[in-house]
Amino acid sequence: MSNLAVLPIVLPLIAAIILIFFNSNVKISRLLTKVFSLAGLAVAGYVFLHVMENGTITLQTGSWVAPYGIILVVDALSAVLILTTNIVSVACAFYAAHAGLGEKEKFYFYPFFFFLITGVTGAFITGDLFNLFVFFEVLLMASYALIVLGGDKVQLRESIKYLLINLFSSMLFVTAIAFIYGVVGTINMAQISERVGEVEQQGILTTIAFLLFFVFATKAALFPLYYWLPNSYIVPNPVISALFGALLTKVGVYSITRVFTLIFTHRLELTHEFFIWIAGLSMIFGVIGALSTNNIKLIVAYNIIPAIGYMIMGIGIFNQEALSGSIYYLVQDMIVKAALFLLVGVIAYVAGTSDLRKMGGLIHHYPVLGWLLFISAFVLAGIPPFSGFIGKLLLLEGAFQGGDIVIAIIALITSLLILYSVIKIFIRGFWGDKDTIKNLEKKSTKGMIGPIVFLLSFTVILGIGAEFFYPISDSIAEYLLDPEIYIDSVLKE
Amino acid sequence: MEFLIIILSGVLFATAIYNLLQKQLLRIIIGTILLSHGAHLIILTMGKLKTGQPPVLTEGISQYTDPLPQALILTSIVISFGITGLLLVLAYRTTEENNTDNMEQLRGKSNE
Repeated sequence: MSNLAVLPIVLPLIAAIILIFFNSNVKISRLLTKVFSLAGLAVAGYVFLHVMENGTITLQTGSWVAPYGIILVVDALSAVLILTTNIVSVACAFYAAHAGLGEKEKFYFYPFFFFLITGVTGAFITGDLFNLFVFFEVLLMASYALIVLGGDKVQLRESIKYLLINLFSSMLFVTAIAFIYGVVGTINMAQISERVGEVEQQGILTTIAFLLFFVFATKAALFPLYYWLPNSYIVPNPVISALFGALLTKVGVYSITRVFTLIFTHRLELTHEFFIWIAGLSMIFGVIGALSTNNIKLIVAYNIIPAIGYMIMGIGIFNQEALSGSIYYLVQDMIVKAALFLLVGVIAYVAGTSDLRKMGGLIHHYPVLGWLLFISAFVLAGIPPFSGFIGKLLLLEGAFQGGDIVIAIIALITSLLILYSVIKIFIRGFWGDKDTIKNLEKKSTKGMIGPIVFLLSFTVILGIGAEFFYPISDSIAEYLLDPEIYIDSVLKE
Repeated sequence: MEFLIIILSGVLFATAIYNLLQKQLLRIIIGTILLSHGAHLIILTMGKLKTGQPPVLTEGISQYTDPLPQALILTSIVISFGITGLLLVLAYRTTEENNTDNMEQLRGKSNE
């Protein structure tokens, strides 16, 4: 049954190829997208249960023995992330039909959607550094196409910048892989880890580690490499923004997690100390960005950056509580960010503007929308009944245990400011006089609310059912702290 | 030999970054092309430039050059080729729509 590992990659790939042939028939495209995304969720769920029961699945593609071929590895971390990716993709697939994509639906929106999912799941599964680069390019190429789809002035302008920064970091990624190959003579992650361990990461290897961190930090939008993110994420259609906000930066975070828990773990005082500072600065600067603007889409886009900061903070602290918190936060944040981008898209659609200064009194017309936003603000800030709380609690526990008090204080203050930045949308947009917006037309939000409720229900489940989910993230953290298990599962013979 | 190629790719990286920091869009694209050339040369060099036969199995030859970097470069070349193609078309359309190819004038906020 080890072929199970390839299914989460192949299914969206087949879906994308089939959908290319139905590009002009929107009805069939929509139907097939829903069917395939649900099938993807079912497969991911099955893979997840299988991994939880029987441990890591490794697949040697083409039956080449471990370090010589490409290895696909689905361990607990990958399985959780694939499941989350597919939850997001289902919500976006159902939302897409009502998102007002218009003509874009005929111009290969759905194939690109599935190519993006292919790239993301592929990056989560692969056990080979160069293959990771290739999957990065698959998802980036799809994202280039999605970001520019429609071809507005603003979209063209921002996508050029987005493309250039990603091309630059991709080329550095290739160079970093070349260096690693030059030093250790392999590109299989398990074998690199083994060989780096043998020399205890001496000399040049730490430099390569920082180069790789630079590459992934650009993809994940960490301080000071986040400047490309906010503007480029708000220009496409909300459903595309939701996909980007939920998935793309998180692949960068996953790569940092993988590389710095598996390969470069021997010079913690250099690498991981550095991560804590970067994480703190990302939180501060991200939240300042979110507070500085009145554009509701920009507020949400800026809120990605402190969230990434929280995850990197967990990796920097590098003890079991913090890593477990990092993973809990990563999973819930993927879901919440998708929900928030979709919500903000609906608000901007019904209000006819994304400027907070021109809004007000929407709660009288759209009460459901208002309360959904209220809930997601609480999730984002980490208020107890919801999922954001557990992730942050674990992270803070880890920080206090590791003695990193300063970062814990920064994280707490940032949470407060995040709450302020999002609740500002609620207060300024939804409170107030009924007729603040002149000539507000009553627009139908049919089909748009469903996917958002679907996503937010997961945050409630992850929050209330923490008893049930916490052991999973805890065991993943324990597993990440011991790279030997990964190496043994790949290079068993 | 490795030494020379490293210097060459260093020069390529330097020119690439200089070009990336220019204002004109086409220069930036030339910069990205030079950047990928530099990166590909690095991969080739990192596999060691020992003399040996091309990696094609032939009878009576025991020394081959390392085939893995060549496969990696081939993959990387087609990927950057695809992106460069996209980038050229994108630059063309951007210039048409915004009536400028000067990156200074393509900044955010001002024309929103």
